[in-house]
Amino acid sequence: MANKLTGIVAVLLASSVMISAANAETLRWARQSDALTLDPHSQNQGVTHTFNHHIYETLLDRDVEGNLQPRLATDWYVKEGDETVWVFELREGVTFHGGEEFTAEDVVFSIERAKSDNSNMRQLHADVVSVTAVDDYTVEFQMAGPSPLYPNNVTNTFIMDKGWSEANDLVGVQDFAAGEENFAVRNTNGTGPYILTERDPDVRSVMTVNENWWGDAPAVTEIVYTPISDSATRIAALLSGEVDLVQDVPVQDIERLAGSPGIKVETGPENRTIYFGYRMDDAPLVSSNITDENPFANPLVREAMELVVDRNAIQQVVMRGQSIPTCVNMPPFVAGWTEELDACPAVDVERARQLMEEAGYGDGFSVTLDTPNDRYVNDEAIAQAVVGMLGQIGIDVTLASRPVAQHSPLILNNETDFYLLGWGVPTFDSAYIFNDLVHTKDGNYGTYNIGLYSNPELDEKIQSLGTMTDLEARDAVVAEIWDQVQEDRVFLTIHVQALAYAMKDGLTLAVHPENQPRMTDVVID
Amino acid sequence: MLAFIFKRLGQSIIVMLAVALISFIMFRYVGDPVASMVSQEATIADQELLRERLGLNDPFYVQFFRFIMNALQGNFGISYRLQTPVADLIMSRLPATIELALTSATIALIVGIVAGVFTALNRKSPIAAGIMAFSLIGVSLPTFLIGIGLIYIFAVELQWLPSFGRGQVVDLGWWRTGFLTETGLRSLILPAITLSLFQMTLIMRLVRAEMLEVLRQDYIKFARARGLSKRAINFSHALKNTMVPVITIAGLQLGSIITGALITETVFQWPGIGSLFLSSVAVVDVPVMAAYLIFVGFVFVIVNLIVDILYYVVDPRLRVGGSSKGH
Repeated sequence: MANKLTGIVAVLLASSVMISAANAETLRWARQSDALTLDPHSQNQGVTHTFNHHIYETLLDRDVEGNLQPRLATDWYVKEGDETVWVFELREGVTFHGGEEFTAEDVVFSIERAKSDNSNMRQLHADVVSVTAVDDYTVEFQMAGPSPLYPNNVTNTFIMDKGWSEANDLVGVQDFAAGEENFAVRNTNGTGPYILTERDPDVRSVMTVNENWWGDAPAVTEIVYTPISDSATRIAALLSGEVDLVQDVPVQDIERLAGSPGIKVETGPENRTIYFGYRMDDAPLVSSNITDENPFANPLVREAMELVVDRNAIQQVVMRGQSIPTCVNMPPFVAGWTEELDACPAVDVERARQLMEEAGYGDGFSVTLDTPNDRYVNDEAIAQAVVGMLGQIGIDVTLASRPVAQHSPLILNNETDFYLLGWGVPTFDSAYIFNDLVHTKDGNYGTYNIGLYSNPELDEKIQSLGTMTDLEARDAVVAEIWDQVQEDRVFLTIHVQALAYAMKDGLTLAVHPENQPRMTDVVID
Repeated sequence: MLAFIFKRLGQSIIVMLAVALISFIMFRYVGDPVASMVSQEATIADQELLRERLGLNDPFYVQFFRFIMNALQGNFGISYRLQTPVADLIMSRLPATIELALTSATIALIVGIVAGVFTALNRKSPIAAGIMAFSLIGVSLPTFLIGIGLIYIFAVELQWLPSFGRGQVVDLGWWRTGFLTETGLRSLILPAITLSLFQMTLIMRLVRAEMLEVLRQDYIKFARARGLSKRAINFSHALKNTMVPVITIAGLQLGSIITGALITETVFQWPGIGSLFLSSVAVVDVPVMAAYLIFVGFVFVIVNLIVDILYYVVDPRLRVGGSSKGH
């Protein structure tokens, strides 16, 4: 009898093993670079966040349409009677990979850690004065003032277990100056759908599904993540069947891959615009032959440039169709976007020449354009195309192309007359663009206002957006600011950059606007 | 002999210090590490704070001195990019590079010498002409093109060999080797051939030229007149005497294989120190770049030392000269 029972149990066990083996789906995922660190609050960088989103979780999440979704928080609202307090209600019954229960204490600990000195996430939580646990599953965020859009800032701030972190001396974030490695750089303990089982930085990482995860069991049960830095090798690995999914697909390979048997390509817009900016203050340009005034300060010159840049040609020739031409410096997901703002004037070289005459630059002028050559999709080629187009109206542009490590200092130190830059909007709100790009460069505002555009009236409106709680009135102010920005032609916007993921047939994964795809979303036929 | 080795090691320290000094002067022109370390949300004040904490605002000689003092204590700092100690990073990547370099050096030496001797002895045969023509490809085609070409043929079209990575590795505790697994060996083939091609053709052309030169010498004529077998003449008399320049070049080339595998490692996503260096340059990871360049200086000094010692072994005249001076 005992034997028979053991036999039955053995058969049952064997069959359950067989079932799980049949359902085991390994996904081999390749992209250009590896996560920099596993410490959730150390780097505010897309590749690192994408990786960590599989292991750790955030209070709120962003879906492929860019909408906020509940995650570790099930509900969130402004506290009744106090506009300066955000309340997050937490999911119950969630456990960390190490078995620890997820509670409000962990949220308090993690937000405080994200706000600490060495954290790169601290800017997103600059307005948080304090975080308190009301009970085990309710947290209150005391803000410096009314902050209607704060929930947009928590989608990449991961929650760590307080007990585990304290036991491993993780209260602080990696301090480069101290010269010691933080335990969290290579060790993880999150609540996410996958558990890290193998990690060899730059080489290979393996994650297996977390059987105790609170969400629906994902189709992919194991992820093998391999960074392959060379584009041609990355594509070859997909063609030869050594990887299943390639996240960073070069534009020139999309067509060929889509035509290859057994491979499909998904494309979609990224939350990032590519634009040109120019110095707009009155001081003469450093790199120009006009030494007594700044031609870009003349609105007629800016209008002429707007009319002569053929965005559709750039889309077709330089980007091979993989971009969305636009004339407003904001991706379509962002609150404040309208079709009218997005529309471009027809290219009109004759009119542009006339405008240059009127502005007194009938003979043109010279200027240097600074562009990165390894940061955005075909960045240097876009700049080259624009150089040719501006040549039609006598603007003689010298192209200075550099790696991003050398381009960035020029940008941040305002050492450029004319430059190319890309801009993503992680909060999906126009205020983010205004704060950094439009507001006069001053303290925490206008960090990337490289053109030194300054309009005190707009500055006041931009600052008021931070604390406006009447969303309708706020939308109206946003629209007013955009109208002024467009009228002054603060940016020469080219397009919204597109993303492409290539995968073997039988897999489905939509393009994520922040380029942060989740392998839990992969559907297997 | 021992005194000679110690003298050379002493010189190596000076070479490495010079390399470090020059690299620190150059780092200022590579770009701004802070720009790659912060996100676009970071305020100017935050960036300035980080720059100050990392000591990047100090004059380069202060940074250099600090680096040397730490390096003397075995501390090469923390990588800005991967946030792990630089010494650990280099040690974990080194086995991959050394295994790849030794394999390609072996391929280059064997094939190069055999092909060189063959083309020297059979100058007029069409096969030799074919080999000579083919060797032009090895010298003139850039490495990444050869690598991508091999990947396309053997990984994508024929699907015989993997296109990237190092396969399965076995951890021996202090050394992770790919020599012991089938995937490890299969992964080694394409990068090793790509990396060896240039050296191979170089050695081949060198051996051929030297052989032709030696075969014209009087002692070869006398050996023929003595009625020695062709084989004895070609291999013990002629080939042996071509070896001194071949060892010099092959030795120096081994140094450049170890330190110059950057492109091959990147094309094949080979996890060695070359690809580590290239990823570090892109984000101006100063601690890794500094440690790597010093390591490169060290490798060249050591390789030169070994080459010098080999001269003693191969060329008896040096041994006699050395000992007679000693008496």
